[in-house]
Amino acid sequence: MDNISPPVAEAARGRIELKIPASAQWVRVARLTVAGVASRLHFGIGDVEDIKLAVAEAINNAILHAPVAPDGEAMVSIVIESDSDGLWIIVTDEGRVQGGLSVEDSAPDFDGELPEGGLGLLLIRSLMDEVSHESGSHADTVVKMFKRLPARAARGA
Amino acid sequence: MDLRLRVKTEGEATVVEIGGEIDLHVAPRLRAELLRAGEGDAPRVVVDLSEVSFLDSTGIGVLVGALKRVREKGGALNFCGVQARVRRVFEITGLMRALPIFESREAALAALWEEKADG
Repeated sequence: MDNISPPVAEAARGRIELKIPASAQWVRVARLTVAGVASRLHFGIGDVEDIKLAVAEAINNAILHAPVAPDGEAMVSIVIESDSDGLWIIVTDEGRVQGGLSVEDSAPDFDGELPEGGLGLLLIRSLMDEVSHESGSHADTVVKMFKRLPARAARGA
Repeated sequence: MDLRLRVKTEGEATVVEIGGEIDLHVAPRLRAELLRAGEGDAPRVVVDLSEVSFLDSTGIGVLVGALKRVREKGGALNFCGVQARVRRVFEITGLMRALPIFESREAALAALWEEKADG
């Protein structure tokens, strides 16, 4: 396997754009696509699972906050960009009407109430190495996240 | 891959075995099944997560919601079978300590009738 794999730096560069309907049944497709790219970059199994979950959370957020479109045309865009440093994933909710992510930034204290929601961004921040989110000029909301390749894999070992 | 659910009766308790991927898509189905398992007065439920391969925050919401509903009815709901992936999600969200989680199904079942089984 190692003998026939291309050098990581060569295998790493690439860009995929995926657009899915803003509907729960499509999240799994995006999850598996991202996992496929991450595996190809020689991320370990644990990292691949972390990336899958972070992407799912970002897409969930886009879907749950998508405007109610009577024609069902709301879409979520997922851009996956890789290089020898790691993997960038940009999730854009096209056509969101208002507001930013209404999620907690830090681990809540559960001495009182148990949480039923609001854990999405906490998970993304914990699972990925860099995360930013913003509402764009056209009311699109963007979550951009990065996972760094482990040093050994990045050197092509 | 998709959600798998099996419901069993163990004495006076209901055991719900969950397998596969718990995400936004299957959350409503899981919520309905856990509602059914928690019917009646003071329900006693064990949720076995042994076969869960993926759990997102909507899935967490369903599990926590089921726990709250059962407690409101004076019952108890305990979890078991927490594997590495689920454990990671529970640890990040602080739920590893906040939820009644047991090492085995037997321990989870036995604790259903203890007063204040968790903190």
